[in-house]
Amino acid sequence: MIFGLPVISVAIWLPIVFGVLVLATGNDKNAPLARILALVGGVLGFLVTLPLYIGFDVTTSAMQFEEMHNWINRFNIHYHLGVDGISMLFILLNSFFTPLVVLAGWKVIEKRVAQYMAAFLIMSGIVNGVFAALDSILFYVFWEAMLIPMFIIIGVWGGPNRVYAAMKFFLYTLLGSLLMLVSLIYLYNLSGGSFSILDFQQLGHIPMQAQILIFIAFFFAFAVKVPMFPVHTWLPDAHVEAPTGGSVVLAAIMLKVGAYGFLRFSMPITPDASHKLAGVMIALSLIAIVYIGLVALKQSDMKKLVAYSSISHMGFVTLGFFIFNAYGMEGAIMQMLSHGFVAGALFLCIGVLYDRVHSREISAYGGVANKMPVFAAFFMLFAMANSGLPGTSAFVGEFMVIMGAVKVNFWYAFAAASTLIFGAAYTLWMYKRVIFGAVANHHVAELTDINGREKLIFIILAIFVLGMGVYPLPFGEILHVSVNDLLIHMTQSKL
Amino acid sequence: MDIQTLYLIVPLAPLFGAICAGLFGKWLGRKMSHRITIAMVGLSLYAAVKIFLDVMDGHSFDGPVYTWFNSGGTSFHVGFLIDRLTAVMMLVVTSVSLMVHIYTIGYMEEDDGYQRFFSYISLFTFSMLMLVMANNFMQLFFGWEAVGLVSYLLIGFWYKRPTAIYANLKAFLVNRVGDFGFILGIGLVLMVFGTLNYADVFANVAAHADDIAPIGGMHVNMITAICILLFIGAMGKSAQFPLHVWLPDSMEGPTPISALIHAATMVTAGIFMVSRMSPMFELSDTALSFVMIIGAITALFMGFLGIIQNDIKRVIAYSTLSQLGYMTVALGASAYSVAIFHLMTHAFFKALLFLGAGSVIMGMHHDQDIRNMGGLRKYMPITWITSLIGSLALIGTPFFSGFYSKDSIIEAVEYSHLPGSGFAYFAVVAGVFITAFYSFRMYFLVFHGEERFGKAHAHDEHPSTSSGHTVAADAQAHDAHDSHADAHDDYAEEDEHEHHGLAPGQKPHETPWVVWLPLVLLAIPSVVIGYIAVEPMLFGNYFKEAIYIAEHHEALAHMNAEFNGAFDMAFHSLLSLPFFLALAGVASSWFFYMKRPDIPAAIQKRFQWIYTLLDNKYYFDRFNDWFFAGGARGASTFLSRFGDKVLIDGLLVNGSANLVGKISGIVRRFQSGYIYHYAFTMITGVFVLLTIRNWF
Repeated sequence: MIFGLPVISVAIWLPIVFGVLVLATGNDKNAPLARILALVGGVLGFLVTLPLYIGFDVTTSAMQFEEMHNWINRFNIHYHLGVDGISMLFILLNSFFTPLVVLAGWKVIEKRVAQYMAAFLIMSGIVNGVFAALDSILFYVFWEAMLIPMFIIIGVWGGPNRVYAAMKFFLYTLLGSLLMLVSLIYLYNLSGGSFSILDFQQLGHIPMQAQILIFIAFFFAFAVKVPMFPVHTWLPDAHVEAPTGGSVVLAAIMLKVGAYGFLRFSMPITPDASHKLAGVMIALSLIAIVYIGLVALKQSDMKKLVAYSSISHMGFVTLGFFIFNAYGMEGAIMQMLSHGFVAGALFLCIGVLYDRVHSREISAYGGVANKMPVFAAFFMLFAMANSGLPGTSAFVGEFMVIMGAVKVNFWYAFAAASTLIFGAAYTLWMYKRVIFGAVANHHVAELTDINGREKLIFIILAIFVLGMGVYPLPFGEILHVSVNDLLIHMTQSKL
Repeated sequence: MDIQTLYLIVPLAPLFGAICAGLFGKWLGRKMSHRITIAMVGLSLYAAVKIFLDVMDGHSFDGPVYTWFNSGGTSFHVGFLIDRLTAVMMLVVTSVSLMVHIYTIGYMEEDDGYQRFFSYISLFTFSMLMLVMANNFMQLFFGWEAVGLVSYLLIGFWYKRPTAIYANLKAFLVNRVGDFGFILGIGLVLMVFGTLNYADVFANVAAHADDIAPIGGMHVNMITAICILLFIGAMGKSAQFPLHVWLPDSMEGPTPISALIHAATMVTAGIFMVSRMSPMFELSDTALSFVMIIGAITALFMGFLGIIQNDIKRVIAYSTLSQLGYMTVALGASAYSVAIFHLMTHAFFKALLFLGAGSVIMGMHHDQDIRNMGGLRKYMPITWITSLIGSLALIGTPFFSGFYSKDSIIEAVEYSHLPGSGFAYFAVVAGVFITAFYSFRMYFLVFHGEERFGKAHAHDEHPSTSSGHTVAADAQAHDAHDSHADAHDDYAEEDEHEHHGLAPGQKPHETPWVVWLPLVLLAIPSVVIGYIAVEPMLFGNYFKEAIYIAEHHEALAHMNAEFNGAFDMAFHSLLSLPFFLALAGVASSWFFYMKRPDIPAAIQKRFQWIYTLLDNKYYFDRFNDWFFAGGARGASTFLSRFGDKVLIDGLLVNGSANLVGKISGIVRRFQSGYIYHYAFTMITGVFVLLTIRNWF
């Protein structure tokens, strides 16, 4: 409780309220006020999530900080919130990024400042809702609502081809979601009139055919968001066109809700279908890792390259889920967290360059290290993290997933471990062409190193990337009980 | 001080130094930065000596420092295993590192990246110590990759040079190929043993000796599979054939790191790792055989390449490759202690040779071509003597350190009965001649004979910066066309000349004391360490439980029976084949390069194809660049254009959008807005319905 208010509700509604306040500052005359208000909202929004971490009980997999109110009685729909070891960390991650994104857009966004800042704040609250919702309709509402601010962010503040990208993003994800709604309604009937996710999970008997259909419906909703091969092509376009802040949130947060969906819905509700279709899921994950890793190699646009690398890294997440062991699943969740930091940081790095040169093409750069040594050092750290170097957060997840995969099938691990080579190749080749070498052109020659504001953002991210790599235990401890419970739950057939 | 505190100090002190110099180097300034880092490495060396003495008293330690991660009932720790093997490695790493730190003050004096350099080499020391002190595979892998990272950063230290940033990317990626095998090996270990702690794994390894690895349809012995996969990691890090390609290029980095990382310490990580895993390797003759053959190929064929190199650092680099091959052969012959022994002596004399080469390069004003040198002994006496000592140690002159270790390797291989040991024996014996030949070719060309410096050479007549820039720009344009491989070496040579050389009439000069002092300090162990250490290390059961040798691998036992003291060993060798071969190597290089320099030129002409083959390093680089790098880029272009753009986006995504568009285009025509169209359709519909109704 914060000042007598329930923690999760505050985490959801405080950023939204601030978002509305920021909107109320109106046009760009009040831009400075809007920025400050947004930053205050973002920081407060993060601070109010800290009680979740402090008060969290790691010994139980039951939902904590639960809130339950009637919402739509006619259909037995509730305003039901709660977190467990799986969802709690993502609320923190999401709230953590909001002030960073506000800071990142501090100077760069000059038009419609209030609206820009408000979109991120509102989005932050909505995403917290996605992670905390325990009623499936509430989840669905948040899930769809999340699209709107992102659609606006890409469509309004994006690049030249923003309308195509925004539409593609919207249609892709909406199409997936509709099938999810169908299966939610089916489950409502099956459970005898409940929309509670927990009730769905406890359903004792679902025939195989129904399970498979439900699984496929959920799959479309979640796989698009992850995104899994072959429904990934919206991501590179969306990233390329989105403003820096949009890319950061997209990579750090939005991709995680898809993977989270698998853990919260697909796997516990349809364990038998999950097992039956695991082969397909693993195959798609491995294709994502290898195929997308290769595709990333020759991208000429930095953002596209990092976008493809995100897809490849998310392949590790889905691989970790569907090998059904603790190494894999905990590794996958660690990978989700780490990818938030690393991909977010990389998009911020590209943003720093883009703000100065206004190009994302690798060939427009060369020898940046000569002019921006401090930036080059940070970029190096995050590039190495993207290559999965031990001591950075990314290693934990990749290592654990590979360890888990060997247990199941050596060749899964073989394919997954190829990321050691490809990941390093595409990341460091890009780094080499952008940062190293002699000063390539007059744009690079005129570059100035990062300022205090940018440095602050990078220092915060660097601390997390290194801290989580050197000492991931505290993160892991939060997951254990929930993950183990999920794995046990998965072994109980519902046929 | 509490001994466990010392364990922590050993790696953490250099880390502290690295952080100070790296993050606060600007404020600290040059002097403070090198003082702090040197003091920290000195402290680390002090602690390492203390620990060594403690270990010699019979103490050892194996325990966690902190828990890194828990999952699936397995705990992953960061922890230390301090036994006699670790103690030796800690001594070697910290002492060579300290020498290199001091040397760097002189070598990097004029470089802008002074603090950065000190930060990197301290960071490297930390990483390497974490690697050797690890008590589990996870931390081993951490150290393994961390030294790779620092190596990458240091090879590319002069990041403006296209050749340097090509070489560092190549080094990192080739190492990653090795790590790819390594991590899979670790995965199998975890699967079989359920833990990654050395002690627990080694305690149970015998019980799994006959397990079958579930690798697809293949039926491979589990231990063999694990050992070979782990060894693939070692092949990357210790630059064994065919993953050796990165090491010669790594000479693009500043010379101090060539000594520290690419000769003395990091590249020996693979040797150390296999020795550490001796309880596992001993159970698989197949793996040992594999190790021995790879080592023999490296020892012999990389030696050949040393003969034709003209860059002073590259000659030493190929000699390093060849010596690493020797160590690997020793591992294959189950003579782990001999491998570690050679690792130790090699660390000292090779660091000495590299630092001596660096001193020569400084004296020559950054000209590295031995064809431009000659007669330097007059001008650089200390460098001359110490380099001579290093070369004598390298070729295995009796009583020098290299003799004891190399001769022991040859003997160990002689007693080995594994498949491939015959070839390995031939390789290591023939290698003696080749080593002596190329080492003394370099020595004579640099320190003796005619003074060839200060003359205008056809190929270094463009010292002006503008032409240097053209080269750089050229190479970059080249890079952009994705075919930087072919002409790469030419650039390497030309690029060096961007940093001048001696002007006509100018004489080389001896280097300052910070440079020659480490040479002297390294020369001492290069001479005596073999004599002192051979008996306790090889035959005195020095390593105790740290190294395990199966009973049927009896090479070392044989040697033990014949050993009669260090003096005796050297004395007897005066009548043995390797000694004559070494002598012959020195003599023939003197004859060819001092007496009759026309002969090598004639040979080169006569056997042009051999020369071309060697000059192209057996075409490995070309093949790799064409097949692997080119192949990956080609696949990438194809998949991205065809897979993502045409198939998924074109056909499925935009295709379905177009389909919807087309259908709606057709359907739209019905909504014409003319009332008579609708009326007509309605009437037709009514008729049809009525007809159907009446009909049935």
